[in-house]
Amino acid sequence: MTVQEFKDIFHNGLWKQNTGVVQLLGLCPLLAISNSVVNAVSLGLATTLVMTLSGAAIAPIRQIVPNETRIPVFILIIAVLVTVIQFAMNAYMYSLYVVLGIFIPLIVTNCIVLARIEAFASKNPALESALDGMAMGLGLTAVLAVLGSIREIFGHGTLLSGIDMVFGEAAKSLVITVVPDYHGFLLAILPPGAFIVLGLLIALKNWLNLRAERKAHGANAAITPIEGGCSPVAHL
Amino acid sequence: MSTTAKASLRTALNLLFFALIGTALLALTYDLTHDTIARSVEKEKLKLIAQIAPPATYDNDIMKDTAPLAKDKLLDGTATTIAYRGRLNNQPSIAVLQIVAPDGYSGRINLIIAIHSDGRIGGVRVVSHKETPGLGDYIEIAKNNWITGFNSASLDNPKESDWKVKKDGGSFDYMAGATITPRAVVKAVHKALQYYAQHRDELFSPAPPEKTSGKEDKK
Repeated sequence: MTVQEFKDIFHNGLWKQNTGVVQLLGLCPLLAISNSVVNAVSLGLATTLVMTLSGAAIAPIRQIVPNETRIPVFILIIAVLVTVIQFAMNAYMYSLYVVLGIFIPLIVTNCIVLARIEAFASKNPALESALDGMAMGLGLTAVLAVLGSIREIFGHGTLLSGIDMVFGEAAKSLVITVVPDYHGFLLAILPPGAFIVLGLLIALKNWLNLRAERKAHGANAAITPIEGGCSPVAHL
Repeated sequence: MSTTAKASLRTALNLLFFALIGTALLALTYDLTHDTIARSVEKEKLKLIAQIAPPATYDNDIMKDTAPLAKDKLLDGTATTIAYRGRLNNQPSIAVLQIVAPDGYSGRINLIIAIHSDGRIGGVRVVSHKETPGLGDYIEIAKNNWITGFNSASLDNPKESDWKVKKDGGSFDYMAGATITPRAVVKAVHKALQYYAQHRDELFSPAPPEKTSGKEDKK
């Protein structure tokens, strides 16, 4: 793998094809769990881990899986990986596991995981596929982190609340109170808040793209429209 | 064998092969994490119980000294739940009951309540609920200390007619905008106290299991 390929994979995952604000895949966890940074980043990292491992696991066997049964086999492998991670979280990060709850097993149905397997890992070698999964996952995590921060600051006036669920009681001192004595803003915590903030983030991304294109090609550049997302239910 | 049959067989064997590998991996992980998971679940429960039943109030192994709570109109549970029984010098000292408030704003609110042998409440905690975040979730100890308003309350403190939220003329606080939630909790706690008063003796019999046989019910 050349340095250029490596760069391309990460540029695609983190920016150009970002799952959160460009591909709009995997919206379900994005909207549901991003009401605080700790929740959002935890689920993002769990998804990243699943995507990296499933890329690495599926690319080497892509030759021996018959074309007709590739989807069941891929889903089977993803489901095994997710369940292993679920067991591990349940055992070693119990309180976080309780908070993330159903969203951990739901990673299996998150269409971004299968989408990258189909689009990338079933055509490329293991190392590239693992890196692609990681880059895509990190791109999603980054969007989740921004979304979670904004919603937490507006909703609760804090940042990093609940970090003790990941690192134990000692980490409680890391919680930042951004606005002291804040009374909370319900809209930001509920799902509509997630839609609104996500919309603003997409607008920001498009604006940045447009500006970059204008700089490169003069004022005539057009924006590429965003493609639609999918619901995890459709994959069940 | 025809080529179609051969191809189908190959596909089937392929699927079976991956299914077997997957199953083996899952079985292995389950085996490795199973004990740790059971321990962290127990630790979490004990932590919650310790908040409302101070360790000084009992000297037995409260997690193992359990009794099933039979279905009862006062408890509103749809399934049989468990009571943890605390004893001091082999005398009943405190009981921790798992109860349900069925009529929360968005469904059931699961609670645990500790009741001293004299009928005073040691404390109440919410185990899980689906109330609106930011509105009805002040019943959680992490959000607000509203729930500590039950501490030391009993059937005659406040008196029978005052076991309501202030809005309904009772003596329990509530927050504007979310009255259904505290109403449900107050009602469930009141009923639990009535249940305890009626069933106190049978709750603490039969005698606790011998310490040596305690391992059987560890599952």
